[in-house]
Amino acid sequence: MCLGVPGEVLSIASDELRMGRVSFGGVVKEVSLVYAPEAAEGDFVIVHAGFAIGLIDAAAAARVFAYLDALGEVLPEEPHP
Amino acid sequence: MKYVDEYRSGAEARRFIAAIRRVVTRPWSIMEVCGGQTHAIVRFGIEELLPPEVSLLHGPGCPVCVTPCEILDQALALAGRPEVTFCSYGDMLRVPGSDGDLFTVKAKGGDVRVVYSALDALALARQNPAREVVFLAVGFETTAPAHAMAAHRARIDRVRNFSLLVSHVLVPPALAAILSASDRRVDGFLAAGHVCTIMGTDEYERLARDYGVPIVVTGFEPLDLLQGIHMCLRQLEEGRAVVTNQYERAVGPRGNEAARRLLHEVFEVVPRRWRGLGELPASGLALRPSFAAFDATLRFGMSAGAAAEPAECISGLVLQGRKRPTDCPAFGTRCTPDSPVGATMVSAEGACAAYFRYRPRSARDVV
Ligand code: SF4
Repeated sequence: MCLGVPGEVLSIASDELRMGRVSFGGVVKEVSLVYAPEAAEGDFVIVHAGFAIGLIDAAAAARVFAYLDALGEVLPEEPHP
Repeated sequence: MKYVDEYRSGAEARRFIAAIRRVVTRPWSIMEVCGGQTHAIVRFGIEELLPPEVSLLHGPGCPVCVTPCEILDQALALAGRPEVTFCSYGDMLRVPGSDGDLFTVKAKGGDVRVVYSALDALALARQNPAREVVFLAVGFETTAPAHAMAAHRARIDRVRNFSLLVSHVLVPPALAAILSASDRRVDGFLAAGHVCTIMGTDEYERLARDYGVPIVVTGFEPLDLLQGIHMCLRQLEEGRAVVTNQYERAVGPRGNEAARRLLHEVFEVVPRRWRGLGELPASGLALRPSFAAFDATLRFGMSAGAAAEPAECISGLVLQGRKRPTDCPAFGTRCTPDSPVGATMVSAEGACAAYFRYRPRSARDVV
């Protein structure tokens, strides 16, 4: 129950629960976007138990890789077979 | 899948491992709080790739695992009533109560339904006005806003045959309990990313300050976990103890204000018993008196009996990071996912189930 999964918003209805269709790598589910009032079609949201609990910030998403690059760590030698 | 696959890259993971080896100079124990993180750590064999100085302790953040036996017993009693349609998330069906599980009640003809969302349970109530629809509302701060919305809509729309059996728990009090133990083993935490998506990071600032412990808000994919571990080790090696945020793509400092507002409108903070941890003050949520009409325990006049947990199960110690699942004599023999003795063997997020499913393979994969 507790797994949050990122999905892409395909459409949003105008009812009070802001029900929308969200695609998880092609699997589409009905999800409430009432807690993601700023979400629009094409945005990625984190969905938990049938509710979008937040938007994914695309700029922040790249920072994991920027952090790694800033460490200056290069790919180590492949371990010996 | 976007925002999943790119955080599973083996090449990047090896660079993180190399960086972790370089930063660590002495032994440290880091606890990942959330069962989803435990699952990923065990599934991807992350622990085996870390230098021997770093131990990962598995934390209490699996809602299925910490729901106390007496709530399960109430669920079983409600689900067995002829007028009740009992709705639950799928992973609660196999959790053993004192006498059987929801799956058994269903097999005996009880009307037990697996739902994806609390709103599905509410829809069932609207479609079946002659039935009493009860929803088992368990989980942490991540599921509470969803359940709050179901109660809120039920009240607005005057749905009279819908109620909730609530056993919500909160993460920070459990961390405080673990940190207060006299033989505390945890040096730093990877906090549960999605809980902070809702709640923000305020409560964790307080914990970091009061207990002098670094807390890194962390995501759920292998690269997230490796970066979180690196960020935590860096603080430990430098003697710092603050809250930092690895999971910036999904967590802002203030959390989700709309979700939190409704959560507090519907629920109030109460003491809660945790499976394995006992009662912790101000560690759970219950419906406010203004929502009493939707409280299943009141509607059906249920009393909260105390139920004993199975004697041989050490899941309480597993949930505090004091024991490993493999330390349990029942692990993999008398206790398996098909026939679980304790709740940590039921859910995919439970440490015992994750060890059972992945541990032999991931241990073999280590180079
Ligand atoms: S292996 Fe089973 S009995 Fe042992 S601690 Fe885990 S859940 Fe409990």
